[in-house]
Amino acid sequence: MSVTTGIPGALRVRPRETLVALARRNGWTLGLLAFFAALLLFTKLIQPNYGALGIQNLAVSVVPLAMAAVAQAIIVIAGGIDLSIASMMALTSVVSAELMKGQSEAFGVAVVIGVILLGLVLGAINGTLVVLTRVPDIVVTLATFFVWSGFALLVRPSPGGGAATWLKDLVIGSVGSDLIPKAAVVMLIVVGVVWIPISRSRLGLSIYAIGSRQLAAFRSGVAVGRTKVISYVLGGLFAALGGLSLTASTGIGTPVPEPTYTLVSIAAVVLGGVSLAGGVGGVLGPIIAVLVLQLIRTDMTFLRINSNMALVAQGFILIGVLMVGSWIQIRRSRT
Amino acid sequence: MSAAADAPGRRLAPGAWRNLLRDYPLIPLTGLLLILVLAVEIGQPGTVRPSWIGVVARATIPLAILAGCQTLTMLTGGIDLSVGYVASMAGFVTATLVGPLGGVALAILAALLVAAVAGLISGVGVAVFRVHPLIMTLGMGLVVLGFSNVWQLQMVQTGSGVPSELRDVGVGLFADVVPYSLVVFVPLAALILVGLRRSGYGRLLFAIGDNPVAARLSGARSWQVLIVLYVISAVLAGLAGLLYSGLGNTASVTLVQSQLLPSVAAAVIGGTSILGGRGTFTGTILGALILTVLTALLTILGLPEPWRQIVFGSIIVAVAAAYTRVTAEA
Repeated sequence: MSVTTGIPGALRVRPRETLVALARRNGWTLGLLAFFAALLLFTKLIQPNYGALGIQNLAVSVVPLAMAAVAQAIIVIAGGIDLSIASMMALTSVVSAELMKGQSEAFGVAVVIGVILLGLVLGAINGTLVVLTRVPDIVVTLATFFVWSGFALLVRPSPGGGAATWLKDLVIGSVGSDLIPKAAVVMLIVVGVVWIPISRSRLGLSIYAIGSRQLAAFRSGVAVGRTKVISYVLGGLFAALGGLSLTASTGIGTPVPEPTYTLVSIAAVVLGGVSLAGGVGGVLGPIIAVLVLQLIRTDMTFLRINSNMALVAQGFILIGVLMVGSWIQIRRSRT
Repeated sequence: MSAAADAPGRRLAPGAWRNLLRDYPLIPLTGLLLILVLAVEIGQPGTVRPSWIGVVARATIPLAILAGCQTLTMLTGGIDLSVGYVASMAGFVTATLVGPLGGVALAILAALLVAAVAGLISGVGVAVFRVHPLIMTLGMGLVVLGFSNVWQLQMVQTGSGVPSELRDVGVGLFADVVPYSLVVFVPLAALILVGLRRSGYGRLLFAIGDNPVAARLSGARSWQVLIVLYVISAVLAGLAGLLYSGLGNTASVTLVQSQLLPSVAAAVIGGTSILGGRGTFTGTILGALILTVLTALLTILGLPEPWRQIVFGSIIVAVAAAYTRVTAEA
């Protein structure tokens, strides 16, 4: 059963899947999930009163990073890379916090829609520049990183602003059981609503195709440039959602992007099973990878490791993940 | 100029410009620099004096060294995003170690040694594990920042001060015009320029960046070349950091981080391709000069720091696009 496009369906044929096949195809993600579960258990062991509250805090702190990782994952799958995600998040966060300060709840809805549109525009600018100028993605997005953070500083030179109460309520608390944080549910719904229909459509197939082999995709009739721009637009969308979740979880906007966001998003993408060469992986893996990385950080505080040593350790873990990921890739390509 | 106004001249002109930019990028760059200097003079008449040129040169020198890191790594298709934190660390470590080690020379040596170790780790990651240089150096930068923070906490009791020797070299102007830091820069620049053009190692850098497979098949051990390259880059960054801490008479763990984008920008404007195999250090020095004059111009126009970031970012994209266009048609 080939997909209705003219593209050979071999890339993502979907036969009647048995559970085993599903598990085999998502082996990496499942393994990561198991590792996360083990890590949760370890956390419970070293900090016996870690419970519902800890999980809720974890979810709240993870949402912005998870959005960044999803944005990065989509762009990397399409064969690009975006270094400007952190500053797009900072810009959308300060814009939303600045506009919502002291305004009505209903106005907040308009702001959220406006900021999401802003994210789409920022992503479109990134993608269009990459496609039109043919300058490597890295250079373009490194440059726009500084452009966006410049604009963020113009909007608000210092942290501040406000957020609508309903927006803050979206990420606080739990749904049903205490162990199911609302932030995680909201995030999964948002990501699912956007990404699942796209990944199953012709567009999703094109995104995987241009990341997998650009020339082959072009010869199969995929509009390579347009698809690439769309991947950046989706990246911008998720960066804006990340910025909104920053505003929601802190109640203010911060113009200076967290320096680790870009690196963490890239490391999460690699750890989540997305190849930096493009064309492979999904968005669920990177989300779980962010959970793992964040929980490791939490554990280091529980173990009373000096916060600066924790930064060093985090840097080494990220580098280690990337080294091992790249090593596996080399080994795989040799065999 | 009137010849360019008639019909055939107009048709030829874009092509001629393109060839000029491709074959002799230094000529249009020098033109751009002169235009910017002119703009500064128009914006605030009487600014451009010998002493102003000395001040510009003094600010350009550390930036040019930092941009040299980018040029060298970009020649092989890499980039070094750890230079900001490595440079800051070098300045900071020197300032804190002068007392305990009892000598500026020893403190500088220790700082450069630490920088070299950071470069060695980056190099191993890039060359042996083949992590993308961008990501590897970004991560290494965070590690260096973390260690600097730890070091800072250790050193709170002893206190720190930028040694006067560094201050003299960083700030001093001979006869109010010639910066003392030329003493460091001239030999360094000569070494890089001659090394890239004449030495076997320099040619290997171009070869690896131009065509890694061909370089490997011709017997180049690219992993050794790359490890040495990232060590060189880190040491250069360390030297630049020493000059910056002397220039600003401060030492902090994030002092030079703001110069990271300008360093990439200077290399890109100077005609170095991030894809590797193309670039000159002369162009990079010109690029650094252009950025320094541009900063002066923005200051005269009263544009604050956010606008500087926006303008720099836009210029990088525009210049990189122009180079990509002219070289793609060759």
